[in-house]
Amino acid sequence: MFRLQHRLAPYLFVAPFVLLFVSFGLYPIVKSLALSLYATNGPRDAVFVGLANFRFLLSDPDFHTAVLNTVEFALWSIFLQLPLALGLALLLSARWLRGREALRLAFFSPNLVGQVFVGVLFSVLFVPQYGLLNRVLHALFGVPLDTNWLANPRLVMPALVITSLWMYVGYNMIYFLAALQAVERDLYEAALVDGANPWQRFRVVTLPGIKPVAVFVLITSTIGSFQLFELPYIMLGNSAGPDNAGLTIVMYLYNNGFVTGDLGYASAVGWTLALGLLVISLFQMRITGAWRGASE
Amino acid sequence: MKRGWRRAGQAVVFALLAGAAAITLVPMVWLLAASLKRPEDLFTYTFFAPRITFESFRDLFTKEPFARYLVNSVFVTSTVVCAQLFFSSLAGFALAKYAFRGKRLVMLVMVSTMLIPGQVVMAPLYELLFRLGLVDRHLGLIVPGAVSVFGIFLFRQAMLQTPDELLDAARIDGCTEFRIYWDVIMPVSRPMVGAFCLMSFMGSWNNFLWPQILLHGSDRFTLPIALNQMIGIYQQQYGMLMAGTLLSVLPVIALFLLLQKEFVAGLTAGAVKG
Repeated sequence: MFRLQHRLAPYLFVAPFVLLFVSFGLYPIVKSLALSLYATNGPRDAVFVGLANFRFLLSDPDFHTAVLNTVEFALWSIFLQLPLALGLALLLSARWLRGREALRLAFFSPNLVGQVFVGVLFSVLFVPQYGLLNRVLHALFGVPLDTNWLANPRLVMPALVITSLWMYVGYNMIYFLAALQAVERDLYEAALVDGANPWQRFRVVTLPGIKPVAVFVLITSTIGSFQLFELPYIMLGNSAGPDNAGLTIVMYLYNNGFVTGDLGYASAVGWTLALGLLVISLFQMRITGAWRGASE
Repeated sequence: MKRGWRRAGQAVVFALLAGAAAITLVPMVWLLAASLKRPEDLFTYTFFAPRITFESFRDLFTKEPFARYLVNSVFVTSTVVCAQLFFSSLAGFALAKYAFRGKRLVMLVMVSTMLIPGQVVMAPLYELLFRLGLVDRHLGLIVPGAVSVFGIFLFRQAMLQTPDELLDAARIDGCTEFRIYWDVIMPVSRPMVGAFCLMSFMGSWNNFLWPQILLHGSDRFTLPIALNQMIGIYQQQYGMLMAGTLLSVLPVIALFLLLQKEFVAGLTAGAVKG
């Protein structure tokens, strides 16, 4: 009796997960591959079209716009947001600094506000005339009060980047801080003895020490950027913005798949995004040498 | 002399950081101020008006069925968090502490599906829920959201570190395997439980795209969808909108302050060890 329940236990423990996962995770994944080859109208009506969904997708100028916008946003995340997060983490890990805990909390706190609520808040902050942002920029730099960030195609992307900086710099900073704490102090002292200057210490000790975490943060925040949807959708009043300036890949998927009811097309867009992300992640692992590090 | 320069440098860095932190907090202070303003003060005062009022909050519950949205969100989120916590920790326990047939297969399938973004499954999932009659029902949010692959990894990771002797001692005392899970391994894994609860709470509470696809009737709306609808109506008189946003954010902040330590540890556990 005792042996039996001991042997059965692990199967019973994973059973609920496996059951739910197979029905609501695995089955839809396989099904969506098939579905991407159909043109559908709602859940009931499907016609086999082969690769036509993908052909149409790749030639649709709206999809090109969506990809370009999404890539631009991802580049801002990688080359502006992550360096800022790392810089903050480096400053905040200085031992002499007072009030480190409080500062950390302040920088991280915007992440507690979900994307939708950030979108609601910032859609009001970016309003012309009375919006807080325009008032501050007007007072400091004489930027015109009637600057309409969310109605000007050239200002939509900057508005999205500013908003996501507010939300995510502190979040990624937490990862870098944890990584910096794990770097061995002896290595710094050895480098100091060898007469290394701060930049050399950063390059030779800090950077290799935090590399695994840095690669993790790079890949996850790239994936996150490519899934951008809520911020522009909410801030631009459930639209793609002027001249589609805020159209992202996931918004394209939502508009063309769910608003019009073509679930087959939605699947095709989803798989295109998945494949793109896979290629980009592998590329990032390759150029950062993450594989070499893992095999050593 | 050199020490004086260093001191001055440190003071400058501190001032810069404190300034940046203050700027980070400005939108939230503004949010609080805006939800406490009278409608006629909205455009007169940038931050707090000399007279504060709770009018916006009252309007929220009288002009809009905000209580309904709040109850919906609390119901969906608490159910999802409990289900995810239970199923993920149970499966994580099995994967950490037992040898059984098919274990490697389960792990392999989990890892490979983690790489596939959630948007891929939305269309067939909608179709499936449509056939099950779960479209426009809260169950359609809860059932597919009841397990978290990420959560299983977190719990497996944490439970691997519990010594086997502890479990064997309980077995000698006559504990069933489920009692060991409930009375031994879960209490030991408390920090991870706290961290996971907060992450799971935030994920469900802030969830927008899936509920937006699934829910049609406004009496079933959760807070994110309800607020998105309200923007169109109240953007000019935004006091109510800001009061609603504030009330939607407060539970997360409260929970965070409660579970702060565990949260940061849990957040970085995957990155540092993995």
